[in-house]
Amino acid sequence: MLLRRQVSLAIRRPIEIGNPLVFFAIVVAMFPLGIGPASEQLAIIAPGALWIIALLSSLLTSDSVFRSDFDDGSLEQLLLAPQPLYLSVLAYLCAHWIVTGLLLALVSPVFALMLNLPAAAVGTLMASLALGTAVLSLVGGIGAALTVGLKRGGMLISLLILPLYIPVLIFGTAAVQAAVSGAPAGPFLALLGAMLSLAVALGPLATAAGLRISIDA
Amino acid sequence: MTDSAVGESLAEVTGLGLVRGGRVLFESLSFAIRAGELWQLEGGNGAGKTSLLRILAGLSRYGFDGLVSRAEAPLYVGHQAAVKGLLSARENLLWHVSGGCAFADEQIEQALQRVGLCGFEDTPSHALSAGQQRRVNLARLFLSDTRLWLLDEPFTAIDAVGVSELQDRIGTHVAHGGAVVVPSHQPLQVDHAVHHLSLDGARIS
Repeated sequence: MLLRRQVSLAIRRPIEIGNPLVFFAIVVAMFPLGIGPASEQLAIIAPGALWIIALLSSLLTSDSVFRSDFDDGSLEQLLLAPQPLYLSVLAYLCAHWIVTGLLLALVSPVFALMLNLPAAAVGTLMASLALGTAVLSLVGGIGAALTVGLKRGGMLISLLILPLYIPVLIFGTAAVQAAVSGAPAGPFLALLGAMLSLAVALGPLATAAGLRISIDA
Repeated sequence: MTDSAVGESLAEVTGLGLVRGGRVLFESLSFAIRAGELWQLEGGNGAGKTSLLRILAGLSRYGFDGLVSRAEAPLYVGHQAAVKGLLSARENLLWHVSGGCAFADEQIEQALQRVGLCGFEDTPSHALSAGQQRRVNLARLFLSDTRLWLLDEPFTAIDAVGVSELQDRIGTHVAHGGAVVVPSHQPLQVDHAVHHLSLDGARIS
């Protein structure tokens, strides 16, 4: 039910869903302009570039997961609710992932085309983005929970969660690179899956604790 | 709502002390809130009424001395309306974060009617005035079956008719074995014994 509420709220603000995608599109368009349209060059950097941009747009959206609820008092009510905070947080972050990361993963073939990524790797790109952005959402939730009470926490959340984002970046790009060079990407995707399991198990616990601290202040 | 045994303790506070900004707001405060009791917290602005209420609710867990224990999670109405502007009044109650989906449509409509929002059930809440948004939040009082209510200055921005309806509701709730704690500047006009806790000097009467 919380999931439904969060997704409905997000859908009623289409601008907030569109923003990260527009950001992604603009930055992807800048690469050929900045680096030169030579297609081999673009294809070499494509996996890394796509992943870095996905990571940055995830960073942009993470901050707002709890902010609107904090501002109008709904977050306090969430902490007082009878259901376990772990599950509520999981619902919030799942809804966040659906409208940001999952959407990005589904739309990524278009951007892959703009950067000349070989067609063979597009499937792996979508899979790695889907798994990886789920981890990014869960980890971003921790930073969001800790900074939601601060008036100007903007850059602080980046400092907190970027170190945790880096393993996801490494394995995400490795998976796509492997697919480009014809090697099996399975092992890398499995590692991303393992990171996701860890994030699902522990992330919401940290996020819940962070929310309690932020509300207390 | 089931009637609970009179005298059953719903929340207990022992040796509570709080220091804010170098000022001691209260210290060694001990009391228990039992079923069927109505408490009014008094004190000037900044005396610590909201802080005490948040400690009672369990929202403030750090930064104070003493012990608080609760029999169950309370219903807390804070200063903010806790109403999502993008959702209609009905959706706000139906999808309330504290498990509102247990309510049937008729119950929600009835509750909104009791707070005087008949006809506004489906307008997006950002189109409602501040007072109307607070009423949407107060509609929860007509829906919930939580026994302990902690209402922080609930009469703010509510008109005279609404205030008397709210006082009636509070009276009915304590008569049926609930307990209500209300910090309020206005005296409560309820047909029930009121326990006063004054925070200017921490006197209990």
